[in-house]
Amino acid sequence: MDAGVERQNEYVLRAVEERHVKLIRLWFTDVLGQLKSVAISPAELETAFEEGVHFDGSAIDGFSRIQESDVLALPDPSTFEMIPWADGGSTGRMFCNIQNHNGTPFDGDPRHVLKRNLDRARTAGYSFFTAPEMEFFYFADGDTRTPPEPLDSGSFYDLTTSDVASDLRRQTLSVLEAMGIPVEYSFHEDSPSQHEIDLRYTDALTMADQIMTFRLVVRELALERGKFASFMPKPLQGVQGSGMHLHLSLFGEHGNAFHEQDAAYSLSPTGRKFAAGLLVHAREITAVTNQLVNSYKRLVTGFEAPTWVSWAQNNRSALVRVPITKSDKPSSTRIEYRSPDPACNPYLAFSVILAAGMAGIEGNYDLPDETTENLFELSHADAGKLGVQPLPASLAEALDVMEGSELVQEALGDHIFEWFLRNKRSEWRDYKTAVSQWEIDRYLPSW
Amino acid sequence: MTEQFVLFPDPPPPDLVRTLDLSGYAWTATNTATDLSDVEPDSGWTGAIVSADADPEKAWAICRELRKRDVPVEPLLLLVNGSQLEELQARDELFDDFMISPFHPRELEARLRHLLWRVGRGVRPDVIEYGPLSLNLETYQAQVSGHPLDLTFMEYELLKFLASHPGKVFTRETLLNRVWGYEYYGGARTVDVHVRRLRAKLGEEHAHMIQTLRSVGYKLGQSRW
Repeated sequence: MDAGVERQNEYVLRAVEERHVKLIRLWFTDVLGQLKSVAISPAELETAFEEGVHFDGSAIDGFSRIQESDVLALPDPSTFEMIPWADGGSTGRMFCNIQNHNGTPFDGDPRHVLKRNLDRARTAGYSFFTAPEMEFFYFADGDTRTPPEPLDSGSFYDLTTSDVASDLRRQTLSVLEAMGIPVEYSFHEDSPSQHEIDLRYTDALTMADQIMTFRLVVRELALERGKFASFMPKPLQGVQGSGMHLHLSLFGEHGNAFHEQDAAYSLSPTGRKFAAGLLVHAREITAVTNQLVNSYKRLVTGFEAPTWVSWAQNNRSALVRVPITKSDKPSSTRIEYRSPDPACNPYLAFSVILAAGMAGIEGNYDLPDETTENLFELSHADAGKLGVQPLPASLAEALDVMEGSELVQEALGDHIFEWFLRNKRSEWRDYKTAVSQWEIDRYLPSW
Repeated sequence: MTEQFVLFPDPPPPDLVRTLDLSGYAWTATNTATDLSDVEPDSGWTGAIVSADADPEKAWAICRELRKRDVPVEPLLLLVNGSQLEELQARDELFDDFMISPFHPRELEARLRHLLWRVGRGVRPDVIEYGPLSLNLETYQAQVSGHPLDLTFMEYELLKFLASHPGKVFTRETLLNRVWGYEYYGGARTVDVHVRRLRAKLGEEHAHMIQTLRSVGYKLGQSRW
């Protein structure tokens, strides 16, 4: 164990003692992006740092293997935070790295997959930074037997200070900031009871951890008030769904690798290649960035969500955008990727997005001309003329494209690649065999 | 009282600088003992740390000069590499204690504390205070206006570094080198991220304690002098 890690462990041990922590939650993420937790007492912490905490992986989605399913959770001391809302503030948490018993990283651990992809980019001289726009809904309850009931009928930027949802959002912001998750903006989104909280950029590993924390904070605080928060991509028919637009940048030795002062849109050749990589591989990575059957009900025409693979500086219908930045702020030149939704596994989504962008840089991809047409009104015939391809229209189609992708297989590793395809195929089968209310309403009377 | 160590050589070994910075000790680096008086603090030098690794002959010479002064600089801690142990024979009068490089930062801290105690200089304060902010270096606990601040290790180290040098402006590169260490790969962007996180935890009322100086870097509060 190197001296740096030792000091960090000691720091956490001391904090646990000084702050009278009674319980430490060791967090990790399953392949589907659900947060999992093993709780230990402070007395066990030192051993946990040295030897890890043993648990049976067969109960975790995507961790099971044929032969041996026991794995170790090793807490990462740099992620220690107090959980302000739990048990009167006497609970702390740390994210874990999952290892096999022989000390090697466990291939089914999404956090390890992201670290591996980040290391690859680092070898090429880049650190990957991301900033998500998190959208979600507040509902009266989580009862699935009745349609979800919004808390308000407010819309974009509404300032309805008296409503429960605004109070909730405010309280959420203060908990996030106390946990070291800085917020850039927050506002009422377009749909009833829909909210957006934009997190301030940080390195992709920390951001993936932060998104996991964010989803828990939002949901827990809503539950405390008897409400229900949901990151489901399209919970209400007929209004916009929840996306997770991602702002991406690479920083190298000389600062922002996407910035060039005199280039068009201040976008450097490296930035153009990265954007080209996203476009070329967008269809392959969509199953990971949009992993639910329901994700594809958001990616439809008419609701401000991208449906075509295209880019433009300022076209809200495009998949990839290059937001306008202040000319005196080279650090803020970035690329926005607009298809992901907040129900993705952030570790895996960041992994495939980074792999796609890096493929563009390493393969010297050419960025095609931008598409300034309003793609929300585009027909398939017009798209053919413009040379733009549609994003996969369903989870099944997305899985078909992913299955043939070497890029995704390499980014995720065989273990997760195969497990993900198997699991999601089965999800699609369940969906396909279900008869929906829509079908009953539409067909029963006439047939 | 400010602790001020003399370091040899100039520039000093990065891991030494980093440990001293993180422990809240100030220092001045030199390659010669002759002009040291000009920059000597009124309260005198706290001690000296001489690294013999790069240039042993010059290191012995420096030790001798530091000892020959009217008021010898002591304690004197010598850093040697493993192969230089034999050279210490017959040079016992030149140093008060020695350590093998590479060293463990906590060992260096502990030895300095012990040496200072032995020569009768009070141990360095174990609390850094600035305005409503206080950092207890013994327990690693930070408080603002009496309320505990729950910081991660790097947030704590960054705040400690800034609070140990109030009013002094540091560039992102300097902070990265001094707080994170040279081996850290993440770029100056990492500093911005951590400053923003610290401000979030300090809360609206105290976030302004850490100021951004456009195109320069960051500082905490105003200088006391």
